[in-house]
Amino acid sequence: MLAAATHARQAAQSTTPAKFEFFSAEQAAEVDAISARIIPTTDTPGAHEAGVVFFIDRALVTFAKDDQRMYAAGLPELQARTREMFPSIQRFSAATPEQQDQILQSLDEQSAAAAGGRRSRPAAAAQSFFETVRVHTIMGFLIDPDSDKRGNRDAVGWKVIGRDNEHMFQPPFGYYDKDYPGWQPNPPDADKTKS
Amino acid sequence: MTLDQPKYKTTDEVDFVVIGSGAAGGILAKELSEDGFRVVVLEQGPYLTEKDFVHDEIKVLNQDLLTNHPELQPTTFRKTPQDKAKPQRALVYGRLVGGTSTHFTANFWRFHEIDFIERSKVGPIPGATLSDWPITYADLEPYYTKVEWEIGVSGLAGASPFDPPRSKPYPMPPLPVKSSGVIFERAARKLGWHPFPAPMAILSQPRAGRSACINCGFCLSFGCEVGAKSSSLATAIRMAEKTGRCEIRPNSYVHRIELDANGRATGAVYFDARRNVQRQKAKAVVVCANGAETPRLLLLSANKQFPDGLANSSGYVGKNLMLNSGGVTTAVFEEPLNDYKGFAVSRILHDFYELDPDKVGFHGGGGLDARFDMTPIGFALGSLPPGSPRWGKEFKEALSHNFTRTCEIFGHGTSLPVENNSFSLDPDLKDAWGLPALRLTYKDHPDDLKLTAWLNARSAELVEAAGAKKMWAPPVQEQQFAVHLLGTCRMGNDPKTSVINSDHRTHDVKNLFLCDGSSLVTSGRGQPTMTIEALAFRAADRITALAKRGDLPA
Repeated sequence: MLAAATHARQAAQSTTPAKFEFFSAEQAAEVDAISARIIPTTDTPGAHEAGVVFFIDRALVTFAKDDQRMYAAGLPELQARTREMFPSIQRFSAATPEQQDQILQSLDEQSAAAAGGRRSRPAAAAQSFFETVRVHTIMGFLIDPDSDKRGNRDAVGWKVIGRDNEHMFQPPFGYYDKDYPGWQPNPPDADKTKS
Repeated sequence: MTLDQPKYKTTDEVDFVVIGSGAAGGILAKELSEDGFRVVVLEQGPYLTEKDFVHDEIKVLNQDLLTNHPELQPTTFRKTPQDKAKPQRALVYGRLVGGTSTHFTANFWRFHEIDFIERSKVGPIPGATLSDWPITYADLEPYYTKVEWEIGVSGLAGASPFDPPRSKPYPMPPLPVKSSGVIFERAARKLGWHPFPAPMAILSQPRAGRSACINCGFCLSFGCEVGAKSSSLATAIRMAEKTGRCEIRPNSYVHRIELDANGRATGAVYFDARRNVQRQKAKAVVVCANGAETPRLLLLSANKQFPDGLANSSGYVGKNLMLNSGGVTTAVFEEPLNDYKGFAVSRILHDFYELDPDKVGFHGGGGLDARFDMTPIGFALGSLPPGSPRWGKEFKEALSHNFTRTCEIFGHGTSLPVENNSFSLDPDLKDAWGLPALRLTYKDHPDDLKLTAWLNARSAELVEAAGAKKMWAPPVQEQQFAVHLLGTCRMGNDPKTSVINSDHRTHDVKNLFLCDGSSLVTSGRGQPTMTIEALAFRAADRITALAKRGDLPA
């Protein structure tokens, strides 16, 4: 099984050349820049290092085909907003990180705040361009790296959240169970009350 | 798929056609074929196996690899029969060989004595159609034991002072404790409660050629890639196939049961994979399609004799739906729990199983569990504390701090049966096969909402006693999404207020049997699958006895 997983990982990596199936190189640079503000590179890797733009590119020709129009319309609007807010800057990707955050803030209508809901499944089609890219970025950052989705390259997303890139674990699992002495029966009590 | 499977012709009159291959259908197929009968199982979903059970959250969750698809089979919802239902995703169930048991959490609680006799003990309850079962816990006990030993349940007998009597211990020790379980156990004991190792339909030891749980961490909503989860797929279906008398026919979407001139079921009409209509002949029909699709199939099978739906002289087909109540309290702790490793639940408690209505002011009861059943994408999209940043550096910091430090306390409780709560046919919306879509009508009984709030308050006490750094719970809300599908063709002695008798035979059609969540008369305190499987073992015994004494039409 481990051999199979390794093989799958190598196969996934070998299909990650800098070649896009949906985006032009210019579009890809902009999407990469957006995703890098949603999950920025800090002292740990971010969306850029995880290859999120490759994930989104493949998503748009596979399971997220319906979102193609969202990107086709959203990217020009993003550039228009960039020039409106910072007339000297031609492209979002050319702005400073601080400027980029301001631009995205203006796009983030919080429209998805209501879509949270513990029990609901992730929405297939999100409301706005920003929300769409936000959800796609999170997916691309945290997807099983052994999947065929080109995301979470080298499992850097899982590393960031503290998930080991394994699919087989042995106890103890965490801090609180590491010194568990084993099951002891509940202390006997006459007062087995029912509230 | 094993090579031992026979291939019956649709024109062969087999002994039984079983519709649905999930928790109940799998066991009925196994038992009836082991008893010597020729069985065809018609399953609407595909036949997937362990190699198909990937950890790709998008494929499994967003694309419904294992579940009913909202575009192919859309649904509607309304709160009351006076409302017009609106299209929305109203339910999720496993749509593949093995059914929902393939992707469930695998909490395997037995019902307690009270669940079978609550009406006579505490009822009547205003606004509820609460009824006693025609069978008792004692009738079902041998079959609970059978589930534990034949299907495979891990647990520790005698660990809970509230457990009902049992004839045998569990066949395997409990699964290892998780950090969430240790936190839960210590806090509950501080409060004077009685936590105990969760009974789970997941192997803690290798058994019957199946692997023990490898703690991969993709459990709820995912299929088990090593067969450690005791789904029907990993257990009963394979045993049925070994008899050489049972054919599992996937991609077979049954939409009608036909009767002959004598009012006997002649078999099942279904769409095959190419959407051609096929008719499988059988001497008797057993419907195990789940608490939504079973009533839907009966309603779709209306005919001259039964204009309101097959076997629906009571008018109760689809009614008295119960979803189980319960809330979620999420907590973040100082140190990493790493609860993403392993199955979901390792500790539960049943101190509140039977509450005194005079003390708490409502009817019902429930249990609590400690769990983590989130996978990485789902966690990042929905499980940070309310008000957390949704993107940027602080979002990333919150994710990397919280993912390993979060767990949840779930309350699981009763739903009281309410006649208007139902699955029915939507008058307007059709599925991709042109069949009327499922319409969910649901408004929780007020006591269910009070119970949920009460259990949430206990969860909050527990989390506080555990020293959580942060905790939150969404406000109690009326439900509008169905996972547990219970009570919609209830069992009873009176044909006016029930659909099947205690043999699971419909009151109206002598060779038509129903067994799944729809058979339940009460909801238990959550975790219905164990009881559905015990009922299936018992139903198989009853049906075999009827057939052997010549009481089934040939």
